[in-house]
Amino acid sequence: MEIARRIRIRERRTRNIGGGVSVPVVLFLVAAAIFLVVGSLVSPIFAQQTVAGLAQGAIFASLALSLVLIYRATEVINFAQGEMAMATTYFAYQLTLWHLSYWAAFFLTLLMAFVFGAVVQVALIRPVQHSVIAVVIITVGLFVLIDGLVTWKWGADLKFMPAPFGNQVYHVGSVAFSRQDLGTLLVTILSVLLLWVLFKFTKLGLAMRAAALRPASAALVGVRVNRMLAIGWGLAAVLGAVAGLMTEPTVFLQPTMMQAVLLYAFAAAVLGGLESPAGAVIGGLALGVFLNLIGQYVGFATSELRLPIAFAVLLVVLLVKPHGLFGRKQVRRV
Amino acid sequence: MSRRLIVAIVVLLVAAAVVVLLPFQLDGYHEGLAAKVAIFFIAVLGLNILTGYTGQISIGHGAFMAIGGYTTAVMSHYHHTNLLLTLPLAFVIAFGFGVIVGIPALRFSGVYLALATFALAVSVPQFALKFSKFLGGSNGIQTFTTPTHLWLYVVSWSCAGILFLVAWLVLRGRTGRAFRSIRDSEIAAAASGVTLPIYKTLAFGISAAFAGVAGSLFVLATNGFAQPNEFGVFLSLELLVGAAVAGLGSLWGVLIGAIFIALLPTVSADVPLIGSAHGQDVVFGLIVIGVMLVLPTGFAGLLHRLRSLPGIRTAEGED
Repeated sequence: MEIARRIRIRERRTRNIGGGVSVPVVLFLVAAAIFLVVGSLVSPIFAQQTVAGLAQGAIFASLALSLVLIYRATEVINFAQGEMAMATTYFAYQLTLWHLSYWAAFFLTLLMAFVFGAVVQVALIRPVQHSVIAVVIITVGLFVLIDGLVTWKWGADLKFMPAPFGNQVYHVGSVAFSRQDLGTLLVTILSVLLLWVLFKFTKLGLAMRAAALRPASAALVGVRVNRMLAIGWGLAAVLGAVAGLMTEPTVFLQPTMMQAVLLYAFAAAVLGGLESPAGAVIGGLALGVFLNLIGQYVGFATSELRLPIAFAVLLVVLLVKPHGLFGRKQVRRV
Repeated sequence: MSRRLIVAIVVLLVAAAVVVLLPFQLDGYHEGLAAKVAIFFIAVLGLNILTGYTGQISIGHGAFMAIGGYTTAVMSHYHHTNLLLTLPLAFVIAFGFGVIVGIPALRFSGVYLALATFALAVSVPQFALKFSKFLGGSNGIQTFTTPTHLWLYVVSWSCAGILFLVAWLVLRGRTGRAFRSIRDSEIAAAASGVTLPIYKTLAFGISAAFAGVAGSLFVLATNGFAQPNEFGVFLSLELLVGAAVAGLGSLWGVLIGAIFIALLPTVSADVPLIGSAHGQDVVFGLIVIGVMLVLPTGFAGLLHRLRSLPGIRTAEGED
């Protein structure tokens, strides 16, 4: 008892507003939001860049969501996430070629993506899940394999799908909002909300959280841990499919469509905190806006430096707040 | 002399003999391929020191190769430096760069370190594009003279031999033990008196230096051109795959890993049914996945398992 009291490890206690969000982070985000609104009111260019940034950020956010889901469920980074998203988008394309309507193809693809993700987890990841390196290598191999298969089956030329939200553009003042961008934003926010509901209010979500945090204890109380992991990957694949389908109207269908997005999604996911879905979305939106504004107002930051800047942001965040904006400090056991 | 040491020396002598005699059997094109194997051998060796022996995952070694490669190209292009002289220069510069990267990397571990090094791999080629006036942009920059295939073969295999010896000496001594202890448990290592920052940064530096030399030779092998798209993300991923196939934490499998990544694209160029363009990718992906599922400890692990079969068992313990 005596010793325990003397060796108490002082940890800096940051006040939490539930779910790992600390006060300084919230204040920072509110300040940033105010800055954006004020700037947009003052300068139409600023406003346009912000809106465009939000639109791009929504795309990063949707893929970042699936990365976060997999990391949360299985503590691995799936380098093949972008390619899996791309492959499922091609599947949707094939369905539209077979005369299905866009939205019918959309939902059928989501179903198929779930199966795809679960099968990948069971067949490829489960045998080696004890070794981080082996899992990384397998996802790399999967990346290359999927890329090769898709290019073989459908070719590398651009393909086009019907636009999900139409091509209308709304104008507020001199700022243009495209219906597609608004739709993407809406779908991303809806995905986060559905995930939140799943994890917080359903038994399945609780089981998945338990399987991720304490697999041994969860197994003891009857959670089928392996099945939860497979479901986690299936859900992540569904989110990836959504990301791919939302990206398609902007860059059109080609085998490399998700590669750049994947990189930005990594940055966004780490920025927001690899364990936090809300963080992924906010991180994605913030990253999109930040990149656009920096590109507009800082002369040195030309388009070649976009990616390094995104990663510089990632590195700075990791150095200052290692678990991202919304991440929770992990206690390491010796 | 222990039996294992004798076996090791015999194997090395046989390998050296093969390497020396091979060029007389090969034409220029195949000499180039063999040189490519040596180049990847050096790079995977470096990566193995960092990831296999010290436990720091790096998906960024393409960046260090780029540093070495551009050093050679720039020095040769602007200052007409002797090509051979640019190699130790690349070694030193890449070492310095590795140390600079290693210092902030002290704060990351596991998957975050992997992502940080991945960020490095993605970003470094972009800088070459940005400073295009000095570094040649997307067309790249070329060395003043281009070496012959035979020169390349001799130099790259000599470097491979020298660096293998260096790696072996470093890893069997105190530094190597420090590295392995860091991999096994950082807290225990620190408690045993291993200064973590020094050894972790040293591992980054050495590993980067090896990759830098490999990068220099890589540029020389591609007609002296240093181009950003050659040092992209895929190179870093290839190196990691090579290191895993080789078997992390052991020097003996490195050659197999190097052969795998150097020769697979050429060998799998014509795949029936799928055709040459994408057959490579499909075969590469399938083999990588297959190898990881069947042999997660890589080729070195296979050797280890073979060694412990009854009848081949020696009196010694493990690596």
